[in-house]
Amino acid sequence: MSRAALLVLADGRFPAGGHAHSGGAEAAVRAGRITGAASLEDFCRGRLHTTGLVSASLAAAAALGADPVTLDAAADARTPSSALRAVARRLGRQLMRAARATWPSGELDSLAREFPKGAHQPVVLGLVARAAGLGAQDAAYCAAYESVSGPATAVVRLLSLDPFDASAVLARLAPELDLVADRAGEAARRVPSDGIEALPAVSAPLLEITAEDHATWPVRLFAS
Amino acid sequence: MHLDHTHDGPTAVSADAHRPDGRRRALRIGLGGPVGSGKTATVAGLCRALRDELSLAVVTNDIYTREDAEFLLREAVLPPERITAVETGACPHTAIRDDISANLEAVEDLEDEIGPLDLILVESGGDNLTATFSKGLVDAQIFVIDVAGGDDIPRKGGPGVTTADLLVVNKTDLAPYVGSDLARMAADARAQRAELPVVFQSLRTRAGVGEVAGWVRAQLAAWTA
Ligand SMILES: Nc1nc2c(ncn2[C@@H]2O[C@H](COP(=O)(O)OP(=O)(O)O)[C@@H](O)[C@H]2O)c(=O)[nH]1
Ligand SMILES: [Mg+2]
Repeated sequence: MSRAALLVLADGRFPAGGHAHSGGAEAAVRAGRITGAASLEDFCRGRLHTTGLVSASLAAAAALGADPVTLDAAADARTPSSALRAVARRLGRQLMRAARATWPSGELDSLAREFPKGAHQPVVLGLVARAAGLGAQDAAYCAAYESVSGPATAVVRLLSLDPFDASAVLARLAPELDLVADRAGEAARRVPSDGIEALPAVSAPLLEITAEDHATWPVRLFAS
Repeated sequence: MHLDHTHDGPTAVSADAHRPDGRRRALRIGLGGPVGSGKTATVAGLCRALRDELSLAVVTNDIYTREDAEFLLREAVLPPERITAVETGACPHTAIRDDISANLEAVEDLEDEIGPLDLILVESGGDNLTATFSKGLVDAQIFVIDVAGGDDIPRKGGPGVTTADLLVVNKTDLAPYVGSDLARMAADARAQRAELPVVFQSLRTRAGVGEVAGWVRAQLAAWTA
């Protein structure tokens, strides 16, 4: 197992399509809920402990070898908004493409065959972590970090926020990222004995609702 | 298994010349260049010129709308199922160069859904003179500038002007009105590009996109040879 593989996978420049998505931040900016660094931090904290925790748990469970088809159904059940389910599958498909070229693996090939139009991104992420020789905790970290780094980068573009302020927000969230990654790893390790129900099912209703609305905007900078 | 087919499995990965079923995929040509230089108009002209002889499709990359795709749909240059818009997250150059996954997905879906294609044109939303297409996304690229953007653009160079497989200097009909010196633009372009071709065109004249269409046919002949 290589530590450095984690850096490759977690790098915001890893070409897996995330740059076109704001994680709900574009809708929150338009609604006046994100206006600067402080409200960005609140937004990210909320996303981290809801969507972020769920994604991290799914990724960790996939990395531990849980059945990806079952995990994908569990992800569907945990994502009420159909717009967000579509986004998760699109991002899963894009990650799959990048990962198969980066870390060729039989497991990734068979998942791609099972889901030609994409499985939920966190499930793919977990299998990518395996292909990269990483562990469940690493997969959980990547998912949790993505849940906040996406909105932070988007808000730099949307509000012309000082990029140093955005980085500082992410740094302040680091201890909570540790916490979420730990909880996700614990939940994933209970799946073999307790079943898929062991995975958290928290959600952020406002993110789900505004995603549905955002998907209908005729003019927008981000795809979600 | 083909020699240049390095990835097995259900979906091809980026530049592979063959689709998973073994068929040769469509030739992909990118059109980049500054906003307003005439990329969409050139794409529309190419569609009209080539649609009766080739099976083709278009992918647009708009900055924050679907304007380009909607223009092409309104002009009915191709049936709607042959035109796809990719959303670029405020960064069109990222979507064509640094992270091409959404564009690859779009070209793959077009080939899956409308059957064998000869040619896919990929238009970039256009932002600056440094935006070029990744070789993982397109096989050849056209850079479109216009005479109204200043006749010093060829002299300034930049990756688009210098390295594109074809440089198109558009809107020559406007040269007298904006005081652009076409001879100087041609000499500067030759200095920057050595042997690489340059086409001066006006879509307001009868000749229109003809010369560029001829270049595209030659690319296609080389691709299928
Ligand atoms: N006069 C003149 N106008 C042109 C020519 N080609 C395009 N245009 C116009 O220039 C404007 C921008 O063209 P468009 O294709 O949308 O540019 P894009 O942003 O590069 O896609 C439109 O109003 C076109 O009709 C040309 O050769 N001559
Ligand atoms: Mg255009």
